[in-house]
Amino acid sequence: MEFFRIRRDIPFMRKALVFNVISLVTFLLAVFFLATRGLHLSVEFTGGTLMEISYSEAADLQGVRKALTDSGFSEPQVQNFGTARDVLIRLPLVKDVDSAKVSQQVIATLSVGDGPKPELRRVEYVGPQIGKELAEDGALALMFVICGIMAYLAMRFEWRYAVSAIIANLHDVVIILGFFAAFQWEFSLPVLAAVLAVLGYSVNESVVVFDRVREVFRNARKRTLSVAEVMDNAITSTISRTIITHGSTQMMVLSMLLFGGEALHYFAVALTIGICFGIYSSVLVACPLAMWLGVKREQLIKPPKRKDEAVV
Amino acid sequence: MNRYPIWKNALVIVALILGLVYTLPNFFGEAPAVQVSTARTGVQIDAALMTQVESTLKDAAIAHTGLTLDTTGVRVRLADTDTQLKTRDVLERALNPDPADGKYVVALNLLSKSPDWLRSVGALPMYLGLDLRGGVHFLLQVDMQGAIVKRLDSMSSDLRTQLREKNIRHGGISREGNTIVLRFRDTAGRDAARSAAEKALPEMVWTPGQSGADYLYTGRMSELAETELRESAIKQNILTLQKRVNELGVAEPIIQQQGADRIVVQLPGVQDVAKAKDLIGRTATLEVRLVDQEAMTSGNMEGLEVYPENSRSGGVSNVPVKKQVILTGERFETAQASFDDSNRPAVAVKLDATGGRIMRTVTRENLKKLMVILLFEKGRGEAISVATIQGEFGDRFQITGQFSPQETNTLAILIRSGALAAPMEIIEERVIGPSLGAENIEKGFDSTLWGFVAIAVFMIFYYAVFGFISTTALAANLLFLIALLSLLQATLTLPGIAAIALTLGMAIDANVLINERIREELRNGVTPQAAIAAGYERAWATILDSNITTLIAGIALLVFGSGPVRGFAVVHCLGILTSMFSAVVVSRAIVNMVYGRARKLEKVSIGTVWKPGANL
Repeated sequence: MEFFRIRRDIPFMRKALVFNVISLVTFLLAVFFLATRGLHLSVEFTGGTLMEISYSEAADLQGVRKALTDSGFSEPQVQNFGTARDVLIRLPLVKDVDSAKVSQQVIATLSVGDGPKPELRRVEYVGPQIGKELAEDGALALMFVICGIMAYLAMRFEWRYAVSAIIANLHDVVIILGFFAAFQWEFSLPVLAAVLAVLGYSVNESVVVFDRVREVFRNARKRTLSVAEVMDNAITSTISRTIITHGSTQMMVLSMLLFGGEALHYFAVALTIGICFGIYSSVLVACPLAMWLGVKREQLIKPPKRKDEAVV
Repeated sequence: MNRYPIWKNALVIVALILGLVYTLPNFFGEAPAVQVSTARTGVQIDAALMTQVESTLKDAAIAHTGLTLDTTGVRVRLADTDTQLKTRDVLERALNPDPADGKYVVALNLLSKSPDWLRSVGALPMYLGLDLRGGVHFLLQVDMQGAIVKRLDSMSSDLRTQLREKNIRHGGISREGNTIVLRFRDTAGRDAARSAAEKALPEMVWTPGQSGADYLYTGRMSELAETELRESAIKQNILTLQKRVNELGVAEPIIQQQGADRIVVQLPGVQDVAKAKDLIGRTATLEVRLVDQEAMTSGNMEGLEVYPENSRSGGVSNVPVKKQVILTGERFETAQASFDDSNRPAVAVKLDATGGRIMRTVTRENLKKLMVILLFEKGRGEAISVATIQGEFGDRFQITGQFSPQETNTLAILIRSGALAAPMEIIEERVIGPSLGAENIEKGFDSTLWGFVAIAVFMIFYYAVFGFISTTALAANLLFLIALLSLLQATLTLPGIAAIALTLGMAIDANVLINERIREELRNGVTPQAAIAAGYERAWATILDSNITTLIAGIALLVFGSGPVRGFAVVHCLGILTSMFSAVVVSRAIVNMVYGRARKLEKVSIGTVWKPGANL
């Protein structure tokens, strides 16, 4: 079977402006949500205590909240986690309190009384110093990825391709973050990892298309095509693989979403958004951008010295 | 004709066999075991110990399923967890007859059930992280400023003794910030003190000065000395933590320095989290000082250091103490919970030689006076024992206070494991219950399995035989990845499992690229053999480019990531590398095997190749 039975090149570039406007609008929306709502950062970034406890029967969240407030914990966030029996408690950092003992105190508080006894499943405590470092490291990692990928693409192709690929894919990253801000999903370290992995993955997508662009440019029989037509031809001939590859990756991510439980939930969500927008942006944003930046056949036809590469 | 040279086929076969061998141990599961290792340097792990363990087990009539000896310790495999607990208690009693002076750490552990021949080639199961097997993780921040202040305090105390011995008069020695300030009435006194101070404290840099009527002599630690102090403080703290962890009996503890002033402690499989945390988190340091009795009787405690003393009845009284520190925790050699003459719980301690000498002098000079033992935790001090010096004593004495027997036990452990050179604070903590760990493994496994099945079904459906070959290559990728993780003993975490799944999902890209290329060639009317060759060749450049960009992101995560992110990044990077090999080389080898030999290949099974114009 064959999904894609395309007779003629699809004129994507004729609609380039439309795609760019759509991107710009989504991008601005994402920025808007990031600015107004901000990210709901996990304990890893903000510092504080996160506890997962489990009861033998459905947990009484109100009771837990009340017990904690009564024993002097300020602003405890209590919510179900996965099942009705599992409870997630978040406590902010408190100055001058031996934070290492917080989890023990919480368990002691909740074990008082004759209700069901809680079982401690997980504790995560992060001091204030760590959060700041993590944010810095995250920013550094992002910079490294951007510079690394741009340098590589500039070397392999040409700077115009590098710039447009990076812009297209950073726009993905901002959109993922925008989703997390808009819905106030928890932004944790694994989500950060997912975002950076998506960045690498989407660039990969742009690379596949650009590889084709180069090939078409070098193809003697297609000399008559205009730049826009070359782009259309490259996108059309790779669209089948684009959809199938992303579909396969998405199947894996979907499986993670379904079977991975709460721990992998937002990781998988971030990947899903990243994959969907990755297809769109790396094809329909990167190519028009490269076109606006003025890519030409001559830039990719290197002197015959580098013939070995031009064999493809 | 598509054929691989013999060496390339051999390479694929060898890689697959190695992959299989190193993946195997993961399927055997683990058996409960008890591990005996040394609690301190100087205790030998040798055949004699093994014989001792063996005979102890025989005497206790405990059946074991294997006994091994290596450089780190003796391991006993057991049939079930009940026997495991029993064995631990029996061995603990036999090997450490004196609980205060434990030579060995007897700990519960899990050992791979894989056969010996696998172990002999170094094939071990993957090393699971704490989030998969349960346990505790702490990141401790060492307070270097605290260490410096502590050192300066003890230096000023030394200096005071030196000046007194030499009969040099001074107007006071005090620590101000990070300096020691000596005050004198006249320059003559200052000059006299100069040589004494320089000799006593060579690590200080001294500068003379003047403040009002006083002549000052200000000492500041040299940069070199400060660096040395920092380094030794963190080393001592690690050593202390090691001793404390040994008391807990953990099989494979990790205690490592991280960065300049941090220590990571990981205790896998620890069940009693509260106790672990209590011992690790205790940042107690001990000090022995004299009570300022004048202030105590007059009740005027202004300008003095005052520490609270909790009495059994619940009351709190304030104890003013003198500035001079007689002894600190480092001088304590052993400590043991015991009872004093009137049968009250006490801690019997022994000091080292220097400590004994100091103690003898101090007690001789201060008979019938009050001495106090202070316990500092997180910068707060508490007087745990205030007692009258009844007679001159040296390196052995008892600390009595308002203790319960449990408290003397904990205090003895704290003293025994030594003082911390610098205060520490827990800045990150992760506790994962064992049931959650098992669940995480299951969830990670399920996600990978079903994702793989979905991809396999689709690929076979869409690309027929080539889809099957791609799936096989993907399976080979998984095999290589797990083998590599087992071989490198890289820590596998839940994000790591997620990375396995994601990497597989991404790795199929290479095969899709190849298959699509082959179809395209066929569509253009090329013969099947040529289409296969061209498909692989043309897809290669693209595969390389796209994997390198993904790898750049992976390396960034590896370099800058910590904790869960790094766990993800390691697997992701390895997965990208293995996928390039399996998707291109392994799948090509299979294709060559299936189609490569046919001289006149009319058709390949790669699903429907639709050609424009042809109506299906």
